[in-house]
Amino acid sequence: MSSKHIDVLKLATAGSVDDGKSTLIGRLLFETDSLPQDKLEAIENSSKRKGYDYPDLSLATDGLLAEREQGITIDVAHIYFSTKNRRYIIADSPGHVEYTRNMITGASTAQASIVLIDARNGVKEQTARHVFINKLLGIKQLIFAINKMDLVDYDEAVFNNIVDQITELLANQEVNDTNWCAIPVSALHGDLILKPSDNMKWYTGTTLLGALESTPIEDLSSDEHSRFFVQAVIRPKTKTHQDFRGYAGKLTGGKLSKGDHITVLPGLQTGQITDIQFFNESFGTAYPGTSCTLCLSNDIDISRGSVLVKTDEVPELSRSIKATLCWLDNTNLNVTRKYYFQQGTKTVQAKVNSIDAIYDTAFQAASPNRDVLDLNEVAEVSITLADPIINDDFTQHRSTGRFVLIDSLTNNTVALGLVRNKTELP
Amino acid sequence: MSNNVLIQHPLESEAIYIMREVVGQFDRPVLMFSGGKDSITLVHLALKAFAPGKVPFPLLHIDTGHNFKETLEFRDALVKKYDLHLIVRHVQDSIDRGEVIEEKGKYASRNSLQTHTLLNAIEEFKFDACIGGARRDEEKARAKERIFSVRDDFGQWNEKKQRPELFDLLNGRINHGENVRVFPISNWTELDVWQYIQEEDISIPSIYFSHWRNTFERDSLIWSVDDDIVYREPDEEISLKQVRFRTIGDMSCTAALESTASTVEEIIEEIKTSRLSERGARIDDKRSEAAMEQRKQQGYF
Repeated sequence: MSSKHIDVLKLATAGSVDDGKSTLIGRLLFETDSLPQDKLEAIENSSKRKGYDYPDLSLATDGLLAEREQGITIDVAHIYFSTKNRRYIIADSPGHVEYTRNMITGASTAQASIVLIDARNGVKEQTARHVFINKLLGIKQLIFAINKMDLVDYDEAVFNNIVDQITELLANQEVNDTNWCAIPVSALHGDLILKPSDNMKWYTGTTLLGALESTPIEDLSSDEHSRFFVQAVIRPKTKTHQDFRGYAGKLTGGKLSKGDHITVLPGLQTGQITDIQFFNESFGTAYPGTSCTLCLSNDIDISRGSVLVKTDEVPELSRSIKATLCWLDNTNLNVTRKYYFQQGTKTVQAKVNSIDAIYDTAFQAASPNRDVLDLNEVAEVSITLADPIINDDFTQHRSTGRFVLIDSLTNNTVALGLVRNKTELP
Repeated sequence: MSNNVLIQHPLESEAIYIMREVVGQFDRPVLMFSGGKDSITLVHLALKAFAPGKVPFPLLHIDTGHNFKETLEFRDALVKKYDLHLIVRHVQDSIDRGEVIEEKGKYASRNSLQTHTLLNAIEEFKFDACIGGARRDEEKARAKERIFSVRDDFGQWNEKKQRPELFDLLNGRINHGENVRVFPISNWTELDVWQYIQEEDISIPSIYFSHWRNTFERDSLIWSVDDDIVYREPDEEISLKQVRFRTIGDMSCTAALESTASTVEEIIEEIKTSRLSERGARIDDKRSEAAMEQRKQQGYF
């Protein structure tokens, strides 16, 4: 399924309330000819019924009844469109502060982000929050779309002022290794979305789509070392495969080949790969990102949650880790309670021992004066685990350096964590 | 000894990862099989995910009694070919027991009735995870669906209380009585499915290809003639047309398209140049702007 497929860029969009994010995406869909006739007609009819003077392109993405009633975005919508060169998957997230957890959901799988800024308002707290979340999640490509330029008379000075604000914001948050650009647009009228704008001849840079088309596509499974999380053990017990025993899982990081010596975590047993199978075919080497089934030379106690690594790349295991934690639940973090800690396919019990710093409204780490975390707060924490887990730093191993906390009473996913064992507290 | 290299398309790898998470995290999963191309693709992915083992969960088909006969024939042949375990539950039984009432009139369809039969089946077999072929690009309410989507003990989808789903970390923990709907091909587009069908040489029901059919026209849509199933006004005239189906639901809620596409390759060409959306011929979606969202809240998949 590879030859005929063109590149896919996964994008996240973020913006404050009424920045015109849904309109911007609707405009991208409209101008790239991605809106089918019947959908376009539905938008036109609905706009007419509401008495609007023009088709409300935001209706292309706002899917839920409440969203259409209130004219806002509540949940992450996934939107698909393509050009000749690329396919795009946009995770369109709400900008309201109370839906920050959805924004994190949307951004967690993205390779690049579009951050919307209302030209009339400039950089706001929400902008800073979005930049901060992009930084936490390791998104290295940021496109700032300065929208509603039509409402500031397409004024170059307004744009330049906002670019200065962005520069300052990125410096304050020490965002150093990120590519970014800023583009003045009007989503409503289509200026600089696909075509250059007669209203902004002073702007010589690329259009929004031009920026998207030239954004490098980062391989999110290309970690430094191989990590193979076992999802299920395959034992067919059929006449043709009576003794077959294979370990089904997904490979991240480096390649694995037949003959490689592997170590099983956390038990540290060793073995050798005798076969790499996928759909009754045998392979010599598996590349990162593949879901396959491994067979080993000897019978080892391996079950769901075990991790296979190369024997010369065994990572540190630990029962206590440091992490950046984003709290995503209405119920506060409680340091006296136990949570489930899920890393890959492995789940262990955990306790947040201490909150070492909480990020303040300017997104700077500050000493905490309390031991609870509220919805949408981000903190540096220390966690103790019932069993050892792989202590991989998120910046080096995206697949293992991330985890979620699950409330053992409600079963809700309450927090996202990013393991931080290399970097000191900011 | 082979030294060939395994590289997968990210969408295939993701779908297989999700299927394996279902088997790893749940006790009683089931694959919701409609006989359409998306659920057929799911069966193919399940075969791949667990080879050389068998597919480790049954297929559940909610038979509305309004199915195309080609779909049912295809279903039975597929089950036989791959030695799958099929469970069928009938909407007719729910009607006979007086649990639901058949719709009447011009637009009568059993589409929304099947939710009841589905929820009953989930309860009967105590299924905790139901794998479905819904895709986010199909419809705007589906665009907001998580990959693991928790339903309460009434089968309801609460769109405002969805769990955050981060990276590829899927949380399948549920409370007693709840179940999870799982969508392994969430991120595939219609075109991805067809290209996969082409590359993997997957068989699909014949009605996806161009054929001659007795039809009548209503609301600019082409309806199938079957006087036992589809209500037709006396003045709605029958005409023989060369058509195919782009999606397959019930006969009473799926309109046909005029088409001469008789191979998967021709279908792909047709979709690429089509100005109509995939569900543009779904009569069930045309009831209101939020038809799908409302059905989902009630437990539809």
